[in-house]
Amino acid sequence: MSKRINAIDLNVYYGDFLAVEGVNIDIEPRSVTAFIGPSGCGKTTFLRTLNRMHEVLPGARVEGQLLLDDDNIYDTAVDPVTVRSMVGMVFQRPNPFPTMSIRDNVLAGYKLNGTRLSRSQSDQVVEEALKGANLWNEVKDRLDKPGSGLSGGQQQRLCIARTIAVKPDVILMDEPCSALDPISTLAIEDLINELKDTYTVVIVTHNMQQAARVSEKTAFFNIAGTGKPGKLIEYDETTKIFSNPSKKDTENYVSGRFG
Amino acid sequence: MAHANETTSPPSAGPAAPSGPVRKKTLRQSDRRGVFGDKLFSGLAMAAGIAILVLLAFVALFLSSSSGRALYSEDEGLIVGQFLQYAMPLVGGTIIASIIALGLAAPVAIGVALFISHFAPPRASRSIGYVIDLLAAIPSVVYGAWGMSFLAPAMVPVYRWLHENLGWFPLFAGNPSGTGRTILTAGIVLAVMILPIITSVSREIFIQTPKLHEEAALALGATRWEMIKMAVFPFARAGIISGIMLGLGRALGETMAVALVLSGGALTASLISTGNQTIPAEIALNFPEAGPGSERQAQLIAIGLVLFIITLVVNMIARWIVSRNKEFSGAN
Ligand SMILES: Nc1ncnc2c1ncn2[C@@H]1O[C@H](COP(=O)(O)OP(=O)(O)OP(=O)(O)O)[C@@H](O)[C@H]1O
Ligand SMILES: [Mg+2]
Repeated sequence: MSKRINAIDLNVYYGDFLAVEGVNIDIEPRSVTAFIGPSGCGKTTFLRTLNRMHEVLPGARVEGQLLLDDDNIYDTAVDPVTVRSMVGMVFQRPNPFPTMSIRDNVLAGYKLNGTRLSRSQSDQVVEEALKGANLWNEVKDRLDKPGSGLSGGQQQRLCIARTIAVKPDVILMDEPCSALDPISTLAIEDLINELKDTYTVVIVTHNMQQAARVSEKTAFFNIAGTGKPGKLIEYDETTKIFSNPSKKDTENYVSGRFG
Repeated sequence: MAHANETTSPPSAGPAAPSGPVRKKTLRQSDRRGVFGDKLFSGLAMAAGIAILVLLAFVALFLSSSSGRALYSEDEGLIVGQFLQYAMPLVGGTIIASIIALGLAAPVAIGVALFISHFAPPRASRSIGYVIDLLAAIPSVVYGAWGMSFLAPAMVPVYRWLHENLGWFPLFAGNPSGTGRTILTAGIVLAVMILPIITSVSREIFIQTPKLHEEAALALGATRWEMIKMAVFPFARAGIISGIMLGLGRALGETMAVALVLSGGALTASLISTGNQTIPAEIALNFPEAGPGSERQAQLIAIGLVLFIITLVVNMIARWIVSRNKEFSGAN
């Protein structure tokens, strides 16, 4: 189920603007990897290239290769829709479909890939996904209520449930806790810890304690100045990045000293 | 508060002493700033709301009081049956014309709006939107003239073909019109007329679909069309219905175009032969000859009232459709 991600000399452009340059990274299956770095260094941009979601943005394009196990997702024969059904994404702001019930939100991915589920099968999928997202107990009595009626943290976990319901190989999370309170944040961090048994998880975060708590490996991105491309500076075991990084930039950043 | 006071002013000055230009605030004393503006605005809004209701009431009152003679005559007493016999075919014709117009215009308008908002390259979509808005500004008499002198003759062979091949179907039974000035032609002209308004309203609402939800669908592996079904349509549902209602309102009330295009007659199910008449066209065509205060004039005003009621009912149904499932509307 879980896949390895391997970026080779990846450049990302918005029109003529080179936003991220020359990323080489090898992400293990069944692991949690954190992306950290100052604002504007291209974490979101690079994360989106992992499931071709950048193509939704006008003018965005990629050079280089991105291998999912052994397949280049930028191969001309590859359909981005297929890539996205294998590489799920959780966004910064919770975005359950407001017109759908909690149940239908979880089943949204199944509706897309055309699988016909019997009532009992879909009940099972819903229960499994919501349990997997640590949300089941809170919503099991109101599955037919709209997803937008939940609290922010619950909505975010609903989005995670929606993502894991279709059993992707990789789960990408872009600052999934930035809109949440500390309790909900802890709930999601616990969840990420469980998810790594099954999935390859990549998480962007501004919270370094969070990166230290949830991830096994950490990638530090940095930018030399405005208008310059963001680069992957250092990628290593999380403990090493936070205690004994090999690059000066990384040390400055993780210790709170910039520039 | 008390604590802050102690630290900022000497204890001897007491908590109530104002220092410098800073005005002391208490809970009971309202901040005057904005109160006048708020009052003025709420007064204006209230006045506007009341004015609309009063206007509506006057229209209804005028229509009902002047149409009394259509329902009651001194010699014959109540003549409701007679009036209904006159009004019903016109109601039928009006509804048929509107259904044709909506049936043709709504899908096309939604398609065009979607194309503009989600498929066309930005530059093309801007110019298409511009052209559509221009269409809305064309006066209805121009549409009527176009329908009468161009569309109607062009439809004659089509009607003949429909009659020959699908004549067994009640809608295409009957003698095909030689001039092409049938209810179907009128419906098509109406469809063209209401296309821009439905398109504009739908496009506006499609554009406003939150990126957040579109991306949610795409990230789940939705194709563009699936994304539209999953994120755009549910979001835009109420707006589309409003757009359709605006279009329907125009189609129901359209006078000039129908009066020019349709050579009216008795109610018939056939769309391709002469016949049928709509309420607005009937009123426009006959009002000049009806003497002031005559029974005929009362009758025409009475069918005007009927049209008014139809429009109200249609709008109420639309409101109901929109408000149903409000919980799931995404407004919260
Ligand atoms: N849609 C876009 N079009 C053009 N440029 C963009 C777009 N999105 C981002 N950029 C630019 O790309 C660079 C990287 O942005 P990105 O959003 O990836 O940063 P980030 O590391 O995620 O920042 P943050 O931590 O604030 O979220 C920035 O210079 C930004 O201005
Ligand atoms: Mg970002």
